[in-house]
Amino acid sequence: MSFKKSYEEVNEKIRSGKAVVLTAEEVSAMALELSPSEIVKKVDVVTTATFGAMCSSGAILNFGHTTPPMRMERILLNGVPAHGGLAAVDTYIGATSENPENMKYGGAHVIQDLIDGKEVELEAWAKGTDCYPRKYIKTKISLETINEATLFNPRNAYQNYNVATNTTSKIKYTYMGTLLPGMKNANYSTSGELSPLLNDPDMRTIGIGTRIFLGGTMGYVIWPGTQFNTSKAKNEYGVPMSNAATIAVIGNLKEMSSNFLRAAYYEKYGVSLFVGIGVPIPMLDEDMAHRVSIRNEQIETTILDYGKSDTPVLGRTNYAALQSGEININGKIVRTAPVASLQKAREIAGLLKKSIEAGKFEITCPVGIFPTGTSIKKLFDTEGGEQ
Amino acid sequence: MKEVTRRYVMKFPPQSADKALTYRLIKEYDIKFSILKAEVRPGRTGSLLLELEALPENIQKGIEYLEASSVICEPLGKKIRFEAGRCINCGNCTGVCFTGALTMDRQNWELNFEPELCVVCELCVAACPMNLFEINFHEEEPQTVDN
Repeated sequence: MSFKKSYEEVNEKIRSGKAVVLTAEEVSAMALELSPSEIVKKVDVVTTATFGAMCSSGAILNFGHTTPPMRMERILLNGVPAHGGLAAVDTYIGATSENPENMKYGGAHVIQDLIDGKEVELEAWAKGTDCYPRKYIKTKISLETINEATLFNPRNAYQNYNVATNTTSKIKYTYMGTLLPGMKNANYSTSGELSPLLNDPDMRTIGIGTRIFLGGTMGYVIWPGTQFNTSKAKNEYGVPMSNAATIAVIGNLKEMSSNFLRAAYYEKYGVSLFVGIGVPIPMLDEDMAHRVSIRNEQIETTILDYGKSDTPVLGRTNYAALQSGEININGKIVRTAPVASLQKAREIAGLLKKSIEAGKFEITCPVGIFPTGTSIKKLFDTEGGEQ
Repeated sequence: MKEVTRRYVMKFPPQSADKALTYRLIKEYDIKFSILKAEVRPGRTGSLLLELEALPENIQKGIEYLEASSVICEPLGKKIRFEAGRCINCGNCTGVCFTGALTMDRQNWELNFEPELCVVCELCVAACPMNLFEINFHEEEPQTVDN
């Protein structure tokens, strides 16, 4: 009989301060010496993490009501348009929404200003109704003055991501960084063997209700992320070789810190938000121990030409090569650079490890597991208008 | 004494253009130099990024000579502002830096910045998503006074 542990047994160990917790990098190193059957007996939880720009992020805010009350229809926060179609004083501020008068300042900056304790200008307009007569307001808000502030990110922590390079003769400014002409550089984004969804590629332990580290506090996985795709080709080690699964996450913005949630602006692209996510993976059985043992050289990804709008595939590489500083693309040696912070990801994996060791963070059995056999649809232009 | 290499950003006022400044740097102070970047416009202040290689005392004397000739000399490091405290070590800037001034430490994955290796290509200014670099190489546009 192979050795098994339940979620409750792992939590018992966490509560009694006896849980053995390793980061995913530590367990990958351990796996060079020990087999999965030895690791599952020795280790209880493995912490994974990522800290990268995640555009599909934003926050739900509730401002509280004025007297007389107002049903806000058009809302600006420091000049950044926030969603106005959400009852009277609720809004969703998307990270990539931009101030039309200062395109370098967007929703991500509003979110960071709020968690840094700064005041944010709220300006809103309404048509005025019998029950909500007020038509205009210009005021200052902060995290202290508003009711709820909830980070809710529809698509985060991509399971693997493409490498971006540029074969054209022109410099390209992308969300994967500045790509120099003539394939002079190649940028990659994932934290490799430390990345959450690469350590549980079939999402056996990550599902609806999984408690995670989010932006400096405890958060939750609430749903498969948008563009959740389980149909991407996997390699012999069982991990997809391009961007595949994602998670939707939620957490209390009022408890977050700009150490782990940071606004970004990419030249000629726009605003985004760096999000820090840490996911604990319980060592339930040999299979999970085998999964978290994966090493950078076993995690492959696809190299795409971001110089062309249809991003053709140029080849394949792995994270050991990417992290070495150069890769070989069809015979040409190309310098590599990360665009997500491995230093920050390690910091998060370490913090999560400490919290679990200290009995402050228990693991959760998902209340619902994610779908399988999903793929993503294209959007077709049925009217054939201008591009 | 050993020769050293130093990089300076120099601003040449229009009236200095008729002097054989570089000739004297070589001839009298035995300074080898390379022009790494130049912006010269007739009748306006020109900016040069020069790499000087010489004995430290000769570099010192050469700089004093240039300054006496109305050339503004500043060590390159002073012309680059980098807000290290706000850096998240994402690595975006290292992708565009070809001189090795910006590199990732592949052990702790923190950013290494060596301003002395910079050639003021300024690609990092746009590449940094945190907007942490500012390079002051260009001539400040003169204030026009309308009366």
